Amino acid sequence: MQPVEQRDEVEMLSLMLLIRRFEERASQQYQAQKVGGFCHLYIGQEAVVTGAIAAVRPDDYVITAYRDHGHALARGTSADACMAELFGKETGCSRGLGGSMHFFDKRHHMYGGHAIVAAHVPLGVGLAFAIKYRGEDRVTLCFFGDGAINQGSFHEALNLAALYRLPIIFICENNLFAMGTSVKRSTSLKQIVDRAEGYDIPGEIVDGMNFREVRDKVAEVAQSIRKESHPAFLEVRTYRYRGHSMSDPASYRTKDELEKYRLDDPIIRLRAQLTREGKLTNEQFDQLDKRAKQTVLDAVKFAEESPELPVEKLYDYVYFNGAKS
Amino acid sequence: MREITYRQALNEALAEELERDPNVFLMGEEVAEYQGAYKVSAGLLQRFGPRRIIDTPISENGFAGLGIGAAMVGLRPIIEFMTFSFSLVAFDQVVNNAPNMFMMSGGQFNIPITFRGPNGPAHQLGATHSHATENFYASVPGLKVCTPATPRDAKGLLKTAIRDDNPVLVLEAELLYSSKGMVEPPDEELLIPLGKAEVKREGSDVTVVCYAQTVPIALKVAAQLEEEDISAEIVDLRSIKPLDEKAVFDSVAKTHRVVIVEQDHPYCGVGAEICYRIQKDIFDELDAPILRVSQEDVPMPYNEHLEHAVLPNAEKLIATVRRVCYA
Repeated sequence: MQPVEQRDEVEMLSLMLLIRRFEERASQQYQAQKVGGFCHLYIGQEAVVTGAIAAVRPDDYVITAYRDHGHALARGTSADACMAELFGKETGCSRGLGGSMHFFDKRHHMYGGHAIVAAHVPLGVGLAFAIKYRGEDRVTLCFFGDGAINQGSFHEALNLAALYRLPIIFICENNLFAMGTSVKRSTSLKQIVDRAEGYDIPGEIVDGMNFREVRDKVAEVAQSIRKESHPAFLEVRTYRYRGHSMSDPASYRTKDELEKYRLDDPIIRLRAQLTREGKLTNEQFDQLDKRAKQTVLDAVKFAEESPELPVEKLYDYVYFNGAKS
Repeated sequence: MREITYRQALNEALAEELERDPNVFLMGEEVAEYQGAYKVSAGLLQRFGPRRIIDTPISENGFAGLGIGAAMVGLRPIIEFMTFSFSLVAFDQVVNNAPNMFMMSGGQFNIPITFRGPNGPAHQLGATHSHATENFYASVPGLKVCTPATPRDAKGLLKTAIRDDNPVLVLEAELLYSSKGMVEPPDEELLIPLGKAEVKREGSDVTVVCYAQTVPIALKVAAQLEEEDISAEIVDLRSIKPLDEKAVFDSVAKTHRVVIVEQDHPYCGVGAEICYRIQKDIFDELDAPILRVSQEDVPMPYNEHLEHAVLPNAEKLIATVRRVCYA
């Protein structure tokens, strides 16, 4: 992977399209009952993870909450492995044992996919602890939603990261709602970023609908951390177009509000920027979109045709006995 | 062999494993500068430095989770809970993150972590500080739980736990930290496998299954019963999970009578599981119903004589053994 400033923005736009098309298809397959359990879609928030990943190295650590499909795809997990995971198949990124909320990919340094709100924030701090313990110059990106910031484990984790000066960027994807409860009704602060100040962690607000702004801010912070280890906090303001999960009609917000954000769509925005600068034609964009749609269709086919883990293997994933499969 | 305390044995185990593997570190409240709330980590900060012996704020969920995250990338954390009563604040990490990770990542991430510290009622600490947590944790798939009762077992089991590639809880016995016992010299490697019980005293009339703080009670009772011509075989489980059911069955096949003396509560307690397995697998070997001695099913009172009434003790055990022997 190339250094930040040279990462091709067209490639990143194409990644955002892949995430969008993947989620649309996941939604459809969920309704067709091919996908079980809970399914939380990332549509609308694509610029957050794409911008952040574009700004770091492939060997940096990434950990996130349960709205994790975009994070795995952005990290490099194939659409095939992601869709197969949703289908519960052995070829899934967690062998069909994790499901939508528990995507893992060791090879791409994707440390999950965690479904208890904020319980993974201490884990992210542990990843960062290991980096410092070993004297490495990696950075941990720890994503979570606005719903996580009132949970005890979040506060404990921030305090520990600040106390031990660990190399971690806490990225709060503020999509304004924790399930159906708006930030205004859940959080005593006017702005979430002020949580960081309470732990003496530098924090900033970032426009999460703007790929370039997210990328540049994460790059700047990561560079500072690599120079001298410390935690940082970014409140990235974004919006999810769909409900909290597939069963949520999102009646707690207005159509007007949704439309307002749709006009600020991160994909349309980056496309417009690139078009204006002569880096992308309409035909090229259509090609990219067509390719994303095809990749996802192929992934559905792959998932459908993949085998499931046989029941005889049920006990193979309880204790590690040294023979990792 | 030389005689050392249970506390010293644990300290030696920690030091030897810290020495052996640079990925091992010890983290918890008061483990470094204070030298350990129970002095188990005495001298380790001076020997291994602050990078590897790490004090934390009072933040059990946070540092338990930190350990699990570090274990995901190959470090081997030893997380000390000042007591396992405080591990309940970190229950989500110990129960939901550590043991689930291997399954839910499809086998990509095992968690080589040791959670250790004193467990079980001590003396007049009241309801919040007296939890025996072995039955909660043993019911969780993916966790291993051991409960050493002697200095030798404490050292050997802790060393094995640290080398295990899975989350292991070493539930130390708070009341036994100063107890003494014979242990191999430090230059002799002492590893005791998890899931291996030990017959602490041979006998022929009745099997007493025990672990942790109930082992010295059982041994004392066995000596007393000898005077009544009742020969008790004392089986120390040492590990609650995995459970050495063979050792229990072998003893029961010899004595045909069983008393289980456990330090937890009776409802869904460790003894309930053992009872079930005995009647399922070797029902025909039994000459009497299996009886259990456990805590009373109440939150722990502070008052000393009420606390005594709640806990398993020698008098209760003797009376129960006599009942299964129809003596």
